[in-house]
Amino acid sequence: MTAQDHSGSGLSRRKLLGAAGVGALAVGAGGGYAVGQASGEPKAPAGVVDPDAAPIPFEGAHQAGIVTPSQDRLYFATFDMTSDKREDLISLLKDWTAAARQMTQGNDVGDFGAVSGSPYAPPEDTGEALGLPPSGLTLTIGFGRSLFVDDKGRTRFGLEGRLPDRLKNLPSFAGDRLDQAISDGDIAVQACANDPQVAVHAVRNFARIAFGRASVRYSQMGFGRTSSTSTAQVTARNLFGFKDGTANIKVEDAKDVDDFVWVHEDDGPAWLVGGSYLVSRKIDMRIEIWDREPLEGQEAIIGRTKGSGGPRSGGDEFADLDFDAKDETGKPLIDTKSHVRLAHPDANNGAKLLRRGYNFVDGSNGLGQLSAGLFFIAYQRDPEKQFVQIQRSLAGLQNDTLNEYIVHVGSGLFACPPGVGTTGYWGEKLFA
Amino acid sequence: MKPSLVVVGALVAVGLSACASDPDESTASGDLSVAATDSSCDVSATKLEAGPSTFKVSNKGSKVTEFYVYAEGDRIMGEVENIGPGLTRNLVVDLPKGTYEGACKPGMIGDGIRQTLTVTGQAAKRLSDSQELQAAADSYARYVKSQSDTLIVKTTEFVDAVKAGDVDKAKQLFPIARTYWERIEPVAEKFGDLDPITDGREPDAKAEGVDFTGWHRIEKQLWVEDNTEGMDKYADQLLGNVKKIVQLGQDTPLTALELAQGSKGLLDEVATGKITGEEDEFSHTDLWDFKANVEGSQAAIASLRPVLEKQDPALVRKLDEQFAALDRELNQHQDKDTGAWTFYDELTKDQVKALSNAVAALSEPISQVAAAVAASA
Repeated sequence: MTAQDHSGSGLSRRKLLGAAGVGALAVGAGGGYAVGQASGEPKAPAGVVDPDAAPIPFEGAHQAGIVTPSQDRLYFATFDMTSDKREDLISLLKDWTAAARQMTQGNDVGDFGAVSGSPYAPPEDTGEALGLPPSGLTLTIGFGRSLFVDDKGRTRFGLEGRLPDRLKNLPSFAGDRLDQAISDGDIAVQACANDPQVAVHAVRNFARIAFGRASVRYSQMGFGRTSSTSTAQVTARNLFGFKDGTANIKVEDAKDVDDFVWVHEDDGPAWLVGGSYLVSRKIDMRIEIWDREPLEGQEAIIGRTKGSGGPRSGGDEFADLDFDAKDETGKPLIDTKSHVRLAHPDANNGAKLLRRGYNFVDGSNGLGQLSAGLFFIAYQRDPEKQFVQIQRSLAGLQNDTLNEYIVHVGSGLFACPPGVGTTGYWGEKLFA
Repeated sequence: MKPSLVVVGALVAVGLSACASDPDESTASGDLSVAATDSSCDVSATKLEAGPSTFKVSNKGSKVTEFYVYAEGDRIMGEVENIGPGLTRNLVVDLPKGTYEGACKPGMIGDGIRQTLTVTGQAAKRLSDSQELQAAADSYARYVKSQSDTLIVKTTEFVDAVKAGDVDKAKQLFPIARTYWERIEPVAEKFGDLDPITDGREPDAKAEGVDFTGWHRIEKQLWVEDNTEGMDKYADQLLGNVKKIVQLGQDTPLTALELAQGSKGLLDEVATGKITGEEDEFSHTDLWDFKANVEGSQAAIASLRPVLEKQDPALVRKLDEQFAALDRELNQHQDKDTGAWTFYDELTKDQVKALSNAVAALSEPISQVAAAVAASA
């Protein structure tokens, strides 16, 4: 961005304070503010702005952050309710929705924001996103099974009859080493943005708004999106160096999105129609061991070539997988226990997922090894027929040979309500 | 939670004549409204009283706007930016007597549409001038006096046990004497040179290259070495410093604003020291201190209660509710017969998290107390 007037377009929150004076203002984003107008229709920005910095509309039939083209960064957190009062849950969802409306459009939280309030009161907004553009921030929320029933099966928050049948606890998968401290939670919040500071700012403000009503169970920072959710995006690589998400459902595949992502009317409770189910899995990757594996072995385990990402059966990245193709010794070119074969719809009754995973590095483990891996996120219409089906096919050392190099350590399943309109709040229909 | 409402509410209550019909004839303080369009900027009053004012800026135009209050030479006294069409944002500015300009900037560019604001009257009253606030400070001073008297008695008993080499008795008295200390900690913290030598931690003493002294030096000897060897001088010094702090505290009592900040400071102590088990790293008697900090905070709020009730009854209800919730959580860990608290290293991770949640829940409304007190001046 240059410090010029973009004919009324530009960046929210972005501004040179004080000394620079008016001439040097980098002005606010027209596209973003337009969303706040009564019409609710975002205006196309008049000038050329960095598309990665522009705001993404908050309102709509579906929540943003699901089929939205994957942003660069993730900050994911789950919260547990510390209050058992229904009105506290409702007021929290209302307050979060109001803050999300403001933050996703590049504005400060609250009436006074970060710097215009009383000098004797703590600022309403924590302020670390001042001067930054909206950065494509999306905030997406999901409800865990524990929000509906406690571990003894008793209903919480008066949500009798509201628990979706499909919001079951995920089954145990062979090889899982799940840590409860980084699994589940009453409410999940996925913040995606093209600037990590903007994503962290959003979750931090959410946590603060929640004090007294809910507290953070765990949070996870992610970078380097490992799936593309749009054909306009290049396929990114995971920390094993392979292109990840080549065969992912893309927003442009309207039929797949409808068939595999959104909850339909006859699928379950009315409040969830237009929503989706989010599965999160924290997957530790044994980076150093993998890095000692010869290229040939790495490619056989994945079933694709490392360079182009094309299948081992031949062709470019997007070529169809030929599971029948064999080498001169009669061995399948795509190994029977390779990751792509076992994850493929053909091996899973046609099941597909919309993936939105991110790489993570939590520093090193004290032995000089990276504490790193993939924070896997997938959205789907039916977790049993989709994630569970595929994960059963993959899990265990007898199956996907990749399992020698990865271990699932965190897990979660959340029902994500549909989007909100100009006046509603997240999950409103749940309380109707 | 809507913390801002606390402030707005508070300022509205102080306001004399907000939104007068003829802006040029009135003098206002407190709440003002600003109607901004793409070509106009109407402030509801242009003559203000010195002190904090809240400008409620509504954008009725089609462009994003912002609102500034400038002093001479375009010195920014306050600003609120990024007000989208149809949105209202608020701005609090504390203006001394003088001439200012209010400016709306449709499209967020240019010099803006300006209006002269004349501020008359005295600069905001000193907080200590209010009778109510003085009464609050006096009430807390009485609390400090009562706690100080017992603090000296209990510290003397502790010091005597240490000097007598009675390890068991000293260990038993350590958390009890500290209770009275922790209840009035904001008083001690006012005296920057005495606090570290009385209640400092070992790593800090090391970092400063000074002798490790005070409560925690003796704590270490008692729990790590299980004796009182070489502790006589530290014991005498501790009692001397405690007496000095008590005397200084009584000579210069806390003002109401300091008191409000102290009530928050006590909880910050809990959140940083006690909830982590850092404070009493050798004895693990952190929950005694924890409870005492909470009681001290509660006493400060009790002294301010009449002021807060007037300013913001909703805040008082919230504080009562969260103090009660924290007490419920904390009191589970006290032996009802002996009054002893669970040692920190016997708490489970979940129990610590539950305590931490309760402290955080109380800390948010407490952080609003100072603004309400300031607004009452």
